[in-house]
Amino acid sequence: MTAQAHPNSFRTGPDERGHFGTFGGRFVAETLMPLILELEKAYNDAKADPAFHAEMRSMMTHYIGRPSPLYFAERMTEHFGGAKIYFKREELNHTGAHKVNNVLGQILLARRMGKKRIIAETGAGQHGVATATLCARYGLECIVYMGAVDVERQKPNVFRMNMLGAKVVAVESGTRTLKDAMNEALRDWVTNVADTFYCIGTVAGPHPYPAMVRDFQCVIGEETREQMMQAEGRLPDSLVACIGGGSNAMGLFHPFLDDRNVEIYGVEAAGHGLDKLHAASLTGGRPGVLHGNRTYLLMNHDGQIEDAHSISAGLDYPGIGPEHSWLHEMGRVTYISATDQEALDAFQLCSRLEGILPALEPAHALAKVAELAPAKPKDHLMVVNISGRGDKDIPQIAEILGTRL
Amino acid sequence: MLKTAPMTNRIDTNRIEARFQKCRQEGRAALVTYVMAGDPDPETSLDVLKSLPGAGADIVEFGLPFTDPMADGPAIQAAGLRALKQGQDLAGTLALIRRFRDEDASTPVILMGYFNPIFIYGVERFLVDAKAAGVDGLIVVDLPPEEDDELCLPALQAGLAFIRLATPTTDDKRLPAVLENTAGFVYYVSITGITGMATPDFGKVSTAVERIKRHTPLPVVVGFGVKSGAHAASVAQGADGVVVGSALIDALKGTLDENDRATSRTVEAVTTLVKDLAAGVRSVSKKAAA
Repeated sequence: MTAQAHPNSFRTGPDERGHFGTFGGRFVAETLMPLILELEKAYNDAKADPAFHAEMRSMMTHYIGRPSPLYFAERMTEHFGGAKIYFKREELNHTGAHKVNNVLGQILLARRMGKKRIIAETGAGQHGVATATLCARYGLECIVYMGAVDVERQKPNVFRMNMLGAKVVAVESGTRTLKDAMNEALRDWVTNVADTFYCIGTVAGPHPYPAMVRDFQCVIGEETREQMMQAEGRLPDSLVACIGGGSNAMGLFHPFLDDRNVEIYGVEAAGHGLDKLHAASLTGGRPGVLHGNRTYLLMNHDGQIEDAHSISAGLDYPGIGPEHSWLHEMGRVTYISATDQEALDAFQLCSRLEGILPALEPAHALAKVAELAPAKPKDHLMVVNISGRGDKDIPQIAEILGTRL
Repeated sequence: MLKTAPMTNRIDTNRIEARFQKCRQEGRAALVTYVMAGDPDPETSLDVLKSLPGAGADIVEFGLPFTDPMADGPAIQAAGLRALKQGQDLAGTLALIRRFRDEDASTPVILMGYFNPIFIYGVERFLVDAKAAGVDGLIVVDLPPEEDDELCLPALQAGLAFIRLATPTTDDKRLPAVLENTAGFVYYVSITGITGMATPDFGKVSTAVERIKRHTPLPVVVGFGVKSGAHAASVAQGADGVVVGSALIDALKGTLDENDRATSRTVEAVTTLVKDLAAGVRSVSKKAAA
């Protein structure tokens, strides 16, 4: 890849064709193209409508419970003896993760567009639960596609979705995980174009999804800026977040991209290790085209998509949002990775030191905080996004630790 | 903004044009068949491909297997996975087409699939190798006109037809953009949906074809949901050609043993259905072109 000049701003993308540098785009079947153009127009209209923002704000406050706190993790700070560690508490949102921020935006948009049938893909089930929740709240039909492997390892979330009135479809095709759930959701959308809105859960897919989902998640970073100014009178020195598709990370990072002194770390899932089965698309993949966009992917010599692996169903995806691929090549964000074991250790450490059970996804971010924080001075302000809570992972972790529930 | 291919491009659609010309002279629609390269193994898929023109196929489409075919139904998904399991890759598919061309110089060959394997092979290298192998056209499902820079325009430059899909959601406002850089023929997808599932309302097909023909002089072929000679005859009434894919793959799959290996009946099962489809297409007499 040839070196690219640094832009004046990292926050102006994508261009009108949905490109972040060479990444992104609209690689979809012709059947979907008119819908994607309609969605783009509807989103631009909504963005310019104060009533849309007012409804978002009201629901964020009274339904989701925003702003989420920025919490000084005192004991973890003491434990590592370096940077002053803050948690952005996205796990305290209604439904237990950051996913609901984006779903709220998309469901309000679907209502504006008159769509009555909502489909979604889900990995860990958090995006599925958030979608099922807002569909219940607004009386919309909800169908969630979930890989059969994930249905098995995330049973509590499957039950929650059913309680909320959603239909969960266990996807048996391909590798039976998140990427196959996304294939199946796209197949549903191609078939039911007239009445269906596809609520994508991460900053990936065809334009305008990566930009739209990012915009809906940017509330995380915007609040963090304000809260840190109040707490410390200045911006943080570093940000750390886990990355599957990368929506919680993008939401935290984006409002800080032009603050060049803020170090930014994205943590991919290294699974069993980068030389074995993993889900680290940037570290172990290369650019390709899948699910509507060009981005870094795990694949073989022939462009066939390879199986990802992570202990965390939410990170178990062989790709990553296209804007992350661009930020990686621009060098603005440093992408690192944590293994299954490191995440499991961090999960237990955080639970005991802070009384917070993080989901296995942000446990990957915490695992790298364990490496980054001790090397920093005591006045270094580090924010880690606790993107979800660990309740959904309890049965899986208990099994790994040899406990029968 | 979409770019237009230069007027002086060297689109060598001779085989495709000649074949539609021949069908018009015979006063009938063309039969376009789709099978998957490498399904259930490379040699059998080549035998199947070779058998198609003799059974009545006018144009053959060879599917490029892909792990994540997001516009395809279960039949083609499974066919792709069977092929990948046998190690089929893009280089291997081009090698099979070279061998087909050694014996058949006139039947148009269209490669149909998804962009990623081509992108990873390298667009420039792919176009040179595909042209040399005797490929006439490309159908790449996930490249709408908005992404014409990626492959469509380079393909036209290299003398390969880039055949576009038009769908029921492609309205009159959008059709000109969809047709702008299309060459060879237009493939009308008769349903909103994935391959091999719903059967279209054949009565509506001719109306849709007429709508497209108001925008282009190219032949318009119709596919998705055509499963029998009777279906083919219905579609042939309103279209310049009929495409059949999933039904052929189902016929092939029905002959495989418990380990998905070809049997002595595999090639014959496909040709039997193709003969039925060809008879259906030929049962409808169309006015010869003026």
